[in-house]
Amino acid sequence: MSAWETVIGLEIHAQLSTRSKIFSGSATRYGAPPNAQANLVDLGYPGVLPVLNAEAVRMAVKLGLALGAKIAPHSVFARKNYFYPDLPKGYQISQYELPIVAHGALEIVLEDGSAKRIGVTRAHLEEDAGKSLHEGLPGVTGIDLNRAGTPLIEIVSEPDLRSAKEAVAYMKKVHTLVRYLEICDGNMQEGSFRCDANVSVRKSGAEKFGTRAEIKNLNSFRFVERAINYEVERQIELIESGGKVVQETRLYDPDKGETRSMRSKEEANDYRYFPDPDLLPVELDAAFIDSVRKGLPELPDQKAARFVKDYGLSAYDAGVLTASREYAEYYERVVSVVPESPKLAANLVTGELAAALNRDNLEIGASRIDAGALGGLVKRIADATISGKIAKEVFEAMWTEGLRADAVIESRGLKQITDSGAIERVIDEVIAKNPGQLADYRGGKDKLFGFFVGQVMKATGGKANPAQLNELLKKKLAG
Amino acid sequence: MSLTREQLASIAALARLDITAAEAPVYQASLSSILDFIGALDAVDTASVKPMAHPLPGLSQRLRPDEVTETDHHEQYQQNAPQVASGLYLVPKVIE
Amino acid sequence: MSSFHTLSLTELAQGLRARRFSSVEVTGSFLERIERHQGTLNAFISITREAALAQAAAADRALAQGTGGVLTGVPIAHKDIFCTEGVRTTCGSRMLDNFVSPYDATVVSRLKAAGAVTLGKTNMDEFAMGSSNETSFYGPVKNPWNTALVPGGSSGGSAAAVAARLAPAATATDTGGSIRQPAALCGVTGVKPTYGRVSRYGMIAFASSLDQGGIICASAADAALVLREMAGFDPKDSTSVDAPVPDYVGELGRPLKGLKIGLLKEFFEKGLDRAVEQRIREALAIYEELGAQLTEVSLPHLPLSVPVYYVVAPAECSSNLARFDGVRFGHRCENPRDLQDLYRRSRGEGFGPEVKRRIMTGTYVLSAGYYDAYYLKAQRVRALINEDFIRAFKSVDVLIGPTTPTPAFELGAKTSDPITMYLNDIYTIGANLAGLPGASIPCGFVGELPVGLQVVGPHFSEARVLQVADAFQRQTDWHTRVPKAFA
Repeated sequence: MSAWETVIGLEIHAQLSTRSKIFSGSATRYGAPPNAQANLVDLGYPGVLPVLNAEAVRMAVKLGLALGAKIAPHSVFARKNYFYPDLPKGYQISQYELPIVAHGALEIVLEDGSAKRIGVTRAHLEEDAGKSLHEGLPGVTGIDLNRAGTPLIEIVSEPDLRSAKEAVAYMKKVHTLVRYLEICDGNMQEGSFRCDANVSVRKSGAEKFGTRAEIKNLNSFRFVERAINYEVERQIELIESGGKVVQETRLYDPDKGETRSMRSKEEANDYRYFPDPDLLPVELDAAFIDSVRKGLPELPDQKAARFVKDYGLSAYDAGVLTASREYAEYYERVVSVVPESPKLAANLVTGELAAALNRDNLEIGASRIDAGALGGLVKRIADATISGKIAKEVFEAMWTEGLRADAVIESRGLKQITDSGAIERVIDEVIAKNPGQLADYRGGKDKLFGFFVGQVMKATGGKANPAQLNELLKKKLAG
Repeated sequence: MSLTREQLASIAALARLDITAAEAPVYQASLSSILDFIGALDAVDTASVKPMAHPLPGLSQRLRPDEVTETDHHEQYQQNAPQVASGLYLVPKVIE
Repeated sequence: MSSFHTLSLTELAQGLRARRFSSVEVTGSFLERIERHQGTLNAFISITREAALAQAAAADRALAQGTGGVLTGVPIAHKDIFCTEGVRTTCGSRMLDNFVSPYDATVVSRLKAAGAVTLGKTNMDEFAMGSSNETSFYGPVKNPWNTALVPGGSSGGSAAAVAARLAPAATATDTGGSIRQPAALCGVTGVKPTYGRVSRYGMIAFASSLDQGGIICASAADAALVLREMAGFDPKDSTSVDAPVPDYVGELGRPLKGLKIGLLKEFFEKGLDRAVEQRIREALAIYEELGAQLTEVSLPHLPLSVPVYYVVAPAECSSNLARFDGVRFGHRCENPRDLQDLYRRSRGEGFGPEVKRRIMTGTYVLSAGYYDAYYLKAQRVRALINEDFIRAFKSVDVLIGPTTPTPAFELGAKTSDPITMYLNDIYTIGANLAGLPGASIPCGFVGELPVGLQVVGPHFSEARVLQVADAFQRQTDWHTRVPKAFA
């Protein structure tokens, strides 16, 4: 056991996929020309006022319900005051004392397979800031305010995470959840899903938390893991060499693989939060919350449990299949073609299909084999038209040539031999050709059974039904 | 209460206001007298009173349908800007 | 006819509709008066002569076609706090000296839609922070009754313009008395509606939970006509109230018999000028003659309204004015060394001393360690003041008293001590803290200087407040008095 314990809390920022901004009618589309999507409200022009987007509220409530959290009947927007060129009004509208969602939790699966509950302190709505661009502009910084006012939900965890791996598992779980709920596209390259990590260490068994550092703006799972691991080591080394961790904001540099202090941004931060007088309290009644609850999709954990129960899958396979809503839906479409073989379908989806998608770097939505066609393939394995081994060859042909399973089986003559007379004839031929091996087998070399199977398969082009072959071969070899 | 020179400087820094050496004592004096003046509130017993953030209690936030109503007017809006290039607002280099 | 300025706004509107005269004539005549007296009064920051005449010509065409609205062709002025598309909008500040608004405030677009012609933008205290119009970057406005005196503020330009009949009406805003106080000092009628009644969209924010747009006219009847067009729900303002606007004009003229008038004990205590008090008592006697009953009421927390205001308003202003950072609009200093230098010098140069003082006060009361002691405390006392008003309105229909403790004072008399200046709004601030509608109407003179009578009603009782003001004006002629130099 290590002498040090790591304590991590994550603040995840997920951009809500509304069409318009949280307080204005500007579009939120990514990649528009600079400032083309920044209207007077987003620019903080004199005299303009914010009006709250209903969809952003609905999405926040969806998330809260999915986290089993309390939805505040009364929440308040506040102003967080600070000067920064990408913050047009000189304050960010956020929720401070009374957030819309509080006291939720979700479960992550640890490496040893056990489950751990991670508390979610709160989730609040706020507006995103714009972007500062430094490249190609000598001596100046360019400000693009297209992103300013994009709705964000900030999901704040309890300091329940004890390792970088747990932090990543938690972040992935939230990532899955927001995409299931269709409230965030989860695109990390575009910054739609990012997090700040609060990291501290303490002597194992200590009750008090150590001083934490906040690592800002981590936008990939890999960076989260590396940044935390680096930071933990840095803090332990610092303390062991007699130093002290200071509470500060740090930035992760992915090129150097290290975190460094951002003292410049830190300087005299006093956000002077107070309720935004331009906005009134958000009041949500039970009827509204119920209507959102009714519209919730089946959540990843519920879906996985159902897959285990209804399809007899292992918890592991169920977890893999429900990692994304699209993936799970694809699987269920395959099952609908072959309702009698859900496990076989799961093997193919998590096996051949996942490998092929991965190889060609495709999302499930862009699969070259649609669920119906893959179901056709499963069906042919299930009804013993082809063996599992031949199925791989059929799959490849379907993937590369876009053919249906039956067409491949037909044109390539891959149909399995299930006529026992025909199999017996081949077995007889093989035994006749290999008298030496026969003698050895009968003399006790059981391992040679495999040799005979191989020879028969070779002679039939792999098409002999394996179960039948086994049975017949055993009988014949026994003499 | 009287505000120290340092306190004034830190408020001015927080508010991003350049205050000259000549102005400082004037602000120091007037802010001190304002703080004394508003200090009268201390005497009021408000233990059981809920703060009133808004003059019309009981109203709640109206929600706007999620519709895009705006089009690109950045050229017009940037006519008021001191320095722009390629659609970007420019400021002196920000070092992170 | 060159004496259009002797007609009331209501008469002008009627005359234009009856086509007894044209808007081009009327507008031209007011423009001429504005230009003639600008040097003396400094009531305007921008005079939009060409645009005004073009709007007037368009109004005349509409009137000829019979498509005009209630205010078609009536020239008015806008306080320079309201954003006007394509027109410089300065808010009385160097910060916005070169700012041309790309959009119209809702108040401006509503009045445009009703057919009003814009003469120009009136002078005001910088960002509406002031009670004497002396904080304007464009110099102080002079009181038309005596140009050595202040007109009050912050809507001093609007009040002086109407008092000198440079415009039949001018829009204004009221955060702590900025409509009622200058109306009182200039001898005109000023109406501050209930918070949420008139849209704040496009009205450059000073203190968002207190700011309310309204109107300054010669009479309550004129104010009713304009307010009916200005008021109403605006989806662009979350604090705008979605409730039907009564016909303020149609509600006028009801008898006051049985009206219960509350006299605020706290308004008649120390600090009130004896001569002013005398005028107020005389006015109350007229109300009694009209059948109203007077009762004394007490709002024990009201004396705390000024300190509460000087926590809440600066707090909100310190945040509202953070957007003026020299990046997207407004003043930017020359050759900034770095970003912080750009912020500090642009803001240091762009804002005047009173604005800076309030930004710093607000920054302080919101800062770590002081928020509870100042800001939260003030919002709690504000709740107590509000409860006082609610209690009072259970027993009376309106509250009546003085608008200001004294008549107009000399330019420069109170500029050195902010507290003395702040206490000028002692009678007006309470209505802002509680969001109540109020009006100030002329009720006589102390020497040559007008005195204002204040009427405050419960939430959304503008119709009643206007009725009470109008009833008085049907019995008196104070509201028709014009300083000799401008007659």
